[in-house]
Amino acid sequence: MAQLILEAIITGILSGAVYALMASGLTLIFGVMEIINIAQGALVILGAYLSYALQDKFHIDLFMGLLLTMPVMFLLGLLIEIVLIRPLKRDRTMLSILVTFAIALIIEGVLGVFFGTNYVQLHSWYIDSTIQIGDYYLSYIYIFGFVLSLILLGLLYFLLYRTKFGFGLRASMQNRTAAELIGIDVERVSAITFGIGVALAAAGGMAYGATSAFNPASHLDLISRLLVIIILGGMGSMKGAPIASVVMLVIEDVTSVIWSPVWANTVFFALLVVILLVRPRGLFGQLESRKQ
Amino acid sequence: MNKRIVFVFALVVALLLASCAPAATPTSAPPTAAPATSVPAPTTAATATQAPPIKIGISLSLSGDFSADGMAFQQGYQLWADMVNKNGGLLGRQVQLDIVSDASSPDQVQTNYQKLITVDKVDLVFGPFSTLLTKPSSVVANRYGYALVEGAGGGPSVFTQGLNNVFDVSLPVANNLTSFVQYILSLPPAQRPTTAAYATEDDPFTQPQVDLAKQQLEAGGVKTASYQVYPAETTDFNPIGDKIIASKAQVVVVGTLLPDFTAFLQRFRQQHYNPQAFIATAGPDQGDAFTKAIGGANVAEAIMVPNGWYAGSNNPGNADMVKAYIAQYGGTPDSISSDVPEAVSVGQVVEQAVTKINSLDNAKLIAELHSGDTFNSVQGDVKFDSTGQNVAALAYLFQWQNGSLVPIFPANAAGAVQPEFPKPNWP
Repeated sequence: MAQLILEAIITGILSGAVYALMASGLTLIFGVMEIINIAQGALVILGAYLSYALQDKFHIDLFMGLLLTMPVMFLLGLLIEIVLIRPLKRDRTMLSILVTFAIALIIEGVLGVFFGTNYVQLHSWYIDSTIQIGDYYLSYIYIFGFVLSLILLGLLYFLLYRTKFGFGLRASMQNRTAAELIGIDVERVSAITFGIGVALAAAGGMAYGATSAFNPASHLDLISRLLVIIILGGMGSMKGAPIASVVMLVIEDVTSVIWSPVWANTVFFALLVVILLVRPRGLFGQLESRKQ
Repeated sequence: MNKRIVFVFALVVALLLASCAPAATPTSAPPTAAPATSVPAPTTAATATQAPPIKIGISLSLSGDFSADGMAFQQGYQLWADMVNKNGGLLGRQVQLDIVSDASSPDQVQTNYQKLITVDKVDLVFGPFSTLLTKPSSVVANRYGYALVEGAGGGPSVFTQGLNNVFDVSLPVANNLTSFVQYILSLPPAQRPTTAAYATEDDPFTQPQVDLAKQQLEAGGVKTASYQVYPAETTDFNPIGDKIIASKAQVVVVGTLLPDFTAFLQRFRQQHYNPQAFIATAGPDQGDAFTKAIGGANVAEAIMVPNGWYAGSNNPGNADMVKAYIAQYGGTPDSISSDVPEAVSVGQVVEQAVTKINSLDNAKLIAELHSGDTFNSVQGDVKFDSTGQNVAALAYLFQWQNGSLVPIFPANAAGAVQPEFPKPNWP
């Protein structure tokens, strides 16, 4: 049993890193723009399909393909923000839910037309090949996915805390109006932020598609998990999303092996309720400061 | 200004959604080069085109969790409609399918059948995909006195509602794995596995099969090394797979659909776990979609799946249906989803019953289906018991061998080959 628990913890941490990529984009967008991007799950699946198409049609390696899919998804994010999100001037948070849900449905429909509704999965040598650690075999995709997550989240951290753009972005996160008053072009920051969030979805999508079968409708399950992650981590908290991702996956996986898969979600949500009772803003939420 | 932007935006979204929606509502049935059905055409095609069409209402999962199966069912229903119309129609009238999408939602499927019956005023209704959706659908159909003939709602819970209007043309779900159990227990004692591990989604389609197989294998002396039930919303299957691996069971029985089966298979490969026999309730029966999802037909070698149909069976009309399917949708016989013949069988049974009573009266149709008559279908004989389950259906056991899904049990089934046991190691 000890071996199984250890394996569950390792799997939870490594899988959590993949979820961290997807959830970071979601929480970043909320942090800057105060909108809930319900389409994040669909954008993740779109990213997975783009990787699939590049591999299937052009035999481009999944990781190399990110050099194409991430910029493309960044531009798509810019387009979505400028055309569909920016016009929302009042009740942004509520209206954004409707708008981004519509975007999710459009993406699902378009993917269904181009790729059909059958489940697919990404394949490469590092998905099936493993490295042996004692009696346990660890697939390279989990290691590579973890490293990818560390690199991209590290770059994001650098962008946020070590660049002038990051300064403007964090100022917008803290107080949108005050940021505008000191001369920050908040609309430009918002568009780029949305683009970054969607580009992260491309990377998350590739890693997700390499570890799970997916079809155009898979975004529905995914978005509910991503929303739970950013609520636990604290809406808009860049530190909270990765930690909450790992916490969720580890709790679910460990519960699954020591008790039952049926209780995996229940135990996690019970803990979530307890945490939210103690810290209503989530683990690292900054809601109060945002209300200034 | 804002109102104008919102209005323009709403219009754009509505137009885009409408253009992207996969549902085909309603679809007429253009005649294609299809084979004759098992039922002789009652009138000429010329007569059929003069009378108003018979409208058949169907709710299918064209998006959401069951979308792959829903699409395959749509193909099957359409194939049957084409076959009927090509041969002069039903009761001398063309058949028109009125298909609406339920997005795999048990709530939406009720709304759909309510609308099909009360607003669209369809003459007949055919069933949706899955036990989960058939259950609420049968209640709505029963409320309006409609017969609900279906091919993918075989879970026991559908038939314990006390309804007399629901009929499943396929093999009763709970019996799906009996052929596998019989095969395992038929092995010589020296070869016969002694331990088995089970994992199933808590779904009315999968769990009854796995539970019955577990009970029968235990009675046959095969010990249970691990038994796990997981909720439908599970996305990380690794811990469940790891428990199976840790049990070192010789036989693995999983109650899955394609995505969870793919996850288990990948985990077993990664962990170099090679059970002697590996069977799933569904997933490996999905033809090309299955082999593509798992990374190639060589990975599928010796994997088993139960089913009530296969492309090479000699059931009446089956060869013609396979030919018509390939002509219309392309692919190979192995690439045909087993959902397709299930849908075609629904149409065939209703066609024969309606022809016999010479009426579209649903009360008469229900009485005929309960009469004890045996109907022909591409899946084999269909005869309903008092609950609406098909007692004449046979369970076949299939195995992937050299890139094809072939029947292996019972040994006297048409085209049955020698089983590959034990399963070779993963490639």
